[in-house]
Amino acid sequence: MAHIQVPEGLPGILGPMAISPETTKALRELVEVLLRGPNTLTAAERETIATHVSAQNDCCFCQLSHGAAAAEHLGGNYQLIDQVKSNYATAEIPEKLKALLSVAGKVQKGGKHVTPEDVERARGAGASDKEIHDTVLIAAAFCMFNRYVDGLGTWQPTDPQAYREMGQRMAHEGYIRAN
Amino acid sequence: MAHIQLSEGLPGIRGPLAFSPETAHPMCHLAEALLRGHSTLTLAEREMIATYVSAQNDCYYCQTSHGSTAAEHLGGGSEEYELVGRMKHNCEAAQVSDKMKALLALAGKVQKGGKFVTTEDVERARTHGATDKEIHDTVLIAAAFCMFNRYVDGLDTWQPRDPELYREIGKQTAALGYVARDWKLPLSTTVSK
Repeated sequence: MAHIQVPEGLPGILGPMAISPETTKALRELVEVLLRGPNTLTAAERETIATHVSAQNDCCFCQLSHGAAAAEHLGGNYQLIDQVKSNYATAEIPEKLKALLSVAGKVQKGGKHVTPEDVERARGAGASDKEIHDTVLIAAAFCMFNRYVDGLGTWQPTDPQAYREMGQRMAHEGYIRAN
Repeated sequence: MAHIQLSEGLPGIRGPLAFSPETAHPMCHLAEALLRGHSTLTLAEREMIATYVSAQNDCYYCQTSHGSTAAEHLGGGSEEYELVGRMKHNCEAAQVSDKMKALLALAGKVQKGGKFVTTEDVERARTHGATDKEIHDTVLIAAAFCMFNRYVDGLDTWQPRDPELYREIGKQTAALGYVARDWKLPLSTTVSK
């Protein structure tokens, strides 16, 4: 049972979101623009950054649902997302994304962990200021979402199929929806 | 200099907010709903939770600007500024209600990570009269400042050390809130001397 009374049967963040419409509207708008808005980073890349940070924060619901969304953006390539989660340095992804995942990992530890060298490495691999900004904000935002989900002790399904379906909806319908 | 090219003269989060208006919009609405929307927690109490978490995250801009805003909501005198200063360093010894002490302790757990919150932490807050909504809001304020603090420090924004500037920021924010503000204006034109 969650730490507070939320409607039953709603997994992860959807429970607390259901009892706080005002904050939910802002949270949904933020995640939609960050992960699906117009951007030179692909939707899959942005979901991968969200997944990596959620894994570092040990948030089961967020890493599995956003990992599924990332995989669904890649036509169902769950294997690649598993590679990234276990060791992104050896995963088959571009150098730029590796450098951005490294920046995101520093942000997860705390903003002051990000060094000029981390940023230079990303820039050297072709990242723009906007891409560096968005990476920092995605990582920061998932430090919020992960804490919201786990800090209230929400119910998190264990069935992989449930996350596959969530990932499909997140990838194809987005985050501005009724539930 | 910040890690990316930001407009000069905009302190703390104002630089990145001006850089990215499309994300600034929902972030400011989130801050407004959390810190100024309808709640049984007072404006000062909510700003104190934000201040406490920002201090735990060692974010100078956020703890000083929200600390000033909290003090301004309480009346804006030197006593109020001192109260907020003491609360930042030791929430258990601060002159706040037992409910607030329990909520600040809860927020401190969220700052460390969501899984640090225990049933006992929540029960303590409930025993002192906290409602489910107040517990929800405390967790989300703490979580949101784990975002705002990382945004401000992760981009290495300019954070001036002039106390008078933060007093003005606190006065302005207590009066005007977080939406319908033009974050692109340099502070010299928005801060009255």
